[in-house]
Amino acid sequence: MAEPLIALKAVTKTFGSGQTAFQALKGVDLEIEEGDFVAIMGPSGSGKSTTMNILGCLDVPTSGEFLFKNLHVEQLDRDQRALLRRRYLGFVFQGFNLLARTSALENVELPLLYRGEAKSARHKAALDALDKVGLADWWDHTPAELSGGQQQRVAIARAIVTGPAVLLADEPTGNLDSERSVEIMELLTALNRDSGITVLMVTHEPEMADYARTIVHFRDGLIDRINGEASSSALAGAG
Amino acid sequence: MLGTTILLAIREIRRHMLRSFLTTLGIVIGVAAVVTMVQLGNGATAAVQQNISSLGANVLQVRPGQGFGRGGGGAQPANFREEDVEAIASQIAGVRAVAPQTSASVTAVQNASNWQTTLTGTTADYFTVQQWSLQSGRVWTSAEETAGKAVCVIGETVADNLFPGSDPIGGSLRLNNVTCDVIGLLVSKGQGGFQDQDDTVIAPIRMVQRRFTGNREVSSIAVAIDERYDADAVQASMSELLRERRHIEPGEDQDFNILDTAQISEALTSTTTILTMVMAAVAGVSLLVGGIGIMNIMLVSVTERTREIGIRLAIGAVGKEVLTQFLVEAIVLACIGGFLGLLLALVLTAAGATLVQVPFMFDVQINLLAFGFSAAIGVIFGYFPARRAAALNPIDALRHE
Repeated sequence: MAEPLIALKAVTKTFGSGQTAFQALKGVDLEIEEGDFVAIMGPSGSGKSTTMNILGCLDVPTSGEFLFKNLHVEQLDRDQRALLRRRYLGFVFQGFNLLARTSALENVELPLLYRGEAKSARHKAALDALDKVGLADWWDHTPAELSGGQQQRVAIARAIVTGPAVLLADEPTGNLDSERSVEIMELLTALNRDSGITVLMVTHEPEMADYARTIVHFRDGLIDRINGEASSSALAGAG
Repeated sequence: MLGTTILLAIREIRRHMLRSFLTTLGIVIGVAAVVTMVQLGNGATAAVQQNISSLGANVLQVRPGQGFGRGGGGAQPANFREEDVEAIASQIAGVRAVAPQTSASVTAVQNASNWQTTLTGTTADYFTVQQWSLQSGRVWTSAEETAGKAVCVIGETVADNLFPGSDPIGGSLRLNNVTCDVIGLLVSKGQGGFQDQDDTVIAPIRMVQRRFTGNREVSSIAVAIDERYDADAVQASMSELLRERRHIEPGEDQDFNILDTAQISEALTSTTTILTMVMAAVAGVSLLVGGIGIMNIMLVSVTERTREIGIRLAIGAVGKEVLTQFLVEAIVLACIGGFLGLLLALVLTAAGATLVQVPFMFDVQINLLAFGFSAAIGVIFGYFPARRAAALNPIDALRHE
């Protein structure tokens, strides 16, 4: 078996200190293969968002190891993690998080600006990405002129424009009706299948999770089960 | 990278036109105020100097009364007599030339046109003392002067109004019913601070006394001093001579004054310079307030754009890039404000110069200084908000409503 793309080893995360300290993660072990489509589920406060922030290199574990391409992310500083995100990660949020009063094209171009790409290359890549999500004709529209589904597709275009290794989607269908949700899920599935992007998705809805190949259930700061099988860490936590 | 950052900053400024304009307004007004004050001050200084130097260099002006003007209340001090002029010319060492003056307000008429002007009666020495030269014609001869002939030399303004498009030399004009031959035309001195120096008619003093003032008095005396003599010493001995001639007891205040043009020039120049500095300093405070305005809006803007900063950080901007973006935004705003301020100052200086009749002076140095200062304000007051933006935690920033 090849080295996993992502590995969490005994990861804990504690917020606050002393009396008010709250342990959000209590020792999570997780391995994700390259090209997988993973759905992370669980009730509120189960630690799935904290895990997602750590996987997105936005936060660091309090203890334990986070290996990304065999790199110890927990040892990197703020700016090094930013560069890692820039190089390998794409983000899709529940609230779309597009820049207001900014055209779809400029929104999609944004990550390329930080990569220092030339203007013509930026344009071409951004238009290609918009084409992949089926919005090539809408490049000059601002978020206010687009529907929720379209905004989320612009956000996906922005996430994939750099050709990332991993796409992190935090409840990408949370603000959409079921028809748009299906469209977004099919788009993510197609990207995973055709471009080989590893997709990590947090969701509440089982029918969205069904699009994933691997489903990870969280409960009380631990992985409860993976694809229905009880996790070893959950057993350890229970024991 | 910097080019991209500037591009981002300009995009952001364009996206919020009204807010950006209001932000820079403080800088615009501050820069405009400082530059306008200094430029108008320079103009005033130049006007004063020009005015004084048109009185002639190394020239003492002797007038009845105390201090500037004709003095306050009380009896009008007596004018000088012709004998006083002769006494100064013959008894004081170091006097190069003496020009007695007497003046009258007259209406000059030529054909159908008439013009209100000032007639100065004096001697031919006046042209040397006051540094007037002729562009055409001649000055009267001593024979004409003694005879009190009705001849005159006119300034360009008078010529333009009474002899439009034709040569005034050889022509004649009527001054309050006295017909006078025009024999000379003065070279223009232009606007002398607060009055038009070319609006003048100069004629032999004997004629003016006989036909206009009706007495033999002299209302002021201009004395040119030989450069080899000390002006103060000449002034002292002249003062002594005049006190004696006007029967002023020792210890009593004298009823005439002697003005040294060099002294007046120095005093007035330093006064206007100080005034300019004070006004520029006051205006400088408004520039500082403008800078605080920029900081204020930038801080609000950082809070308002917290989520945007979160997005940028999440997609891989490092702290330094966010800091640079906000700093560049502040600097670009301040520079735009500074530039608009300079344009406004240009308009205000031109308008102000016309309004208070001082020459328009464009001061490159103060323009560069004010612009540089506004850019510096952008850096100083933009840094704090920018650092705050860069230090945001991406997770919290993304969650910000």
